Amino acid sequence: MTADVINWGLLALEPPGWGGVLLAGLFNSIKIALGGYSLGLVLGTGGACGKLYGGPVVKDLMEIYTTLVRAVPELVLILLLYYAGTDLLNRAAAALGYGTVNISGLAAGIFVIGVVQGAYATEVLRGAILAVPAGQIEAARAYGMSPLLTLRRVTLPAMLPHAIPGLSNLWLISTKDTALLAVVGFSELTLVTRQAAGATKAYMLFFCAAGALYLILTLVSNLIIRFIEARARRGWAAPS
Amino acid sequence: MTERAEAIAVRDLRKRFGALEVLRGISLTAHEGDVIAIIGGSGSGKSTFLRCINMLETPSSGSVAIRGEAIALKGDGHGGLAPSNRRQVQRLRARLGMVFQSFNLWQHMTIIQNVIEAPVHVLGVPRAEAMERGEALLRRVGLFEKRDVYPSFLSGGQQQRAAIARALAVQPHAMLFDEPTSALDPELVGEVLGVIGDLAKEKRTMILVTHEMKFARNVASHIVFLAQGVIEEQGPPEQIFGDPRSERLRKFISSVH
Repeated sequence: MTADVINWGLLALEPPGWGGVLLAGLFNSIKIALGGYSLGLVLGTGGACGKLYGGPVVKDLMEIYTTLVRAVPELVLILLLYYAGTDLLNRAAAALGYGTVNISGLAAGIFVIGVVQGAYATEVLRGAILAVPAGQIEAARAYGMSPLLTLRRVTLPAMLPHAIPGLSNLWLISTKDTALLAVVGFSELTLVTRQAAGATKAYMLFFCAAGALYLILTLVSNLIIRFIEARARRGWAAPS
Repeated sequence: MTERAEAIAVRDLRKRFGALEVLRGISLTAHEGDVIAIIGGSGSGKSTFLRCINMLETPSSGSVAIRGEAIALKGDGHGGLAPSNRRQVQRLRARLGMVFQSFNLWQHMTIIQNVIEAPVHVLGVPRAEAMERGEALLRRVGLFEKRDVYPSFLSGGQQQRAAIARALAVQPHAMLFDEPTSALDPELVGEVLGVIGDLAKEKRTMILVTHEMKFARNVASHIVFLAQGVIEEQGPPEQIFGDPRSERLRKFISSVH
């Protein structure tokens, strides 16, 4: 019988199907992507402000951060931060008299993706802030706003439309960077897909299924990005 | 009759950019209710002078006092001056309504949000009260219907009228106009000048850098002619335009008419 080349039953949500495992992996991937991306935005905002408004020392530190992180392959960074990072943390904990600390894969994953994303977001946000017309910031100063209030009320919202294309790229990259965490044994979508495929020998089926899940994630992201972009650009007259 | 209080007092203001000295010792006092128009050719330092009043540009030497309160300045280490108390400058700036040549409305805020921004977030006025006052101001400049529109959807004249409403919303001690009609299409100049003229009639204290000579003559109580960084001549409009004394001023007036 060659009628059933593809055994769709393997994708069932309940065991012996692997569908539930795949979805759990996807959920983990999304958690890491969201966490890492958020951390990256915070680091990127700080990094951009540091590069633009900081003193010489801060500027140099930010430059070192973005240069180093962007120079090293992400896979290497992940291995480095994950293994070396937990090792360092454990030594520090031992030195301080605590036992070994167990770092959850999730926390480590978020940290690693966040640090990588932060370096790229720094440059995206720095460019976007520079694109804000000087008059916008000057008006804020002329009406007595402090530098911090100016940043919060004028500079950041005004730079958003310039930042969104770059930031949405970074988001899509972060959803796929989660796959790199498979190398450190974190059960995200790619790792569980490999396990499912290995166990059932249905490589084609499972890797296509994972690909479809990544695609759906991207399509849903695009919808949300489009909504956010329309909102951020609401003050911009439509091109005539 | 008691002497009117000093709203803005500038003493011996100098400003240099590198080797170029743009302002070479300017002293000017605006009393409450004065409408001072500053005229002069391009590069005469008019705008720089105006921007030094609220420290958007920091002077190289000299002093500025707002309502009798001197702005504290210290050396900036490069031969110029810088405010030594940022909070003082912020507090004084907040009550000097400034209107810019290119409007500088905040593009990500609607017109009414622009108008209530400084009152709410800088002066701490309750939002409801700021809204009420803001809407009244927009009604006054003829933009009440446009209150929820974003600036880039308005004409230049409308944007500048909104910017004037924004300046009025801080209940300014004095208003600073930096060539408010220079970026406007000719047919839109009138509506903006109309609004400014009404403010002048109310005896609001204002300093106005302008190229509109006829307008300056009609609304200003005092005209200052700036040339090459110094006050070449000043006086009431009738004298400045009717009986100019300096050769430069005579040339300038005949060149713009």
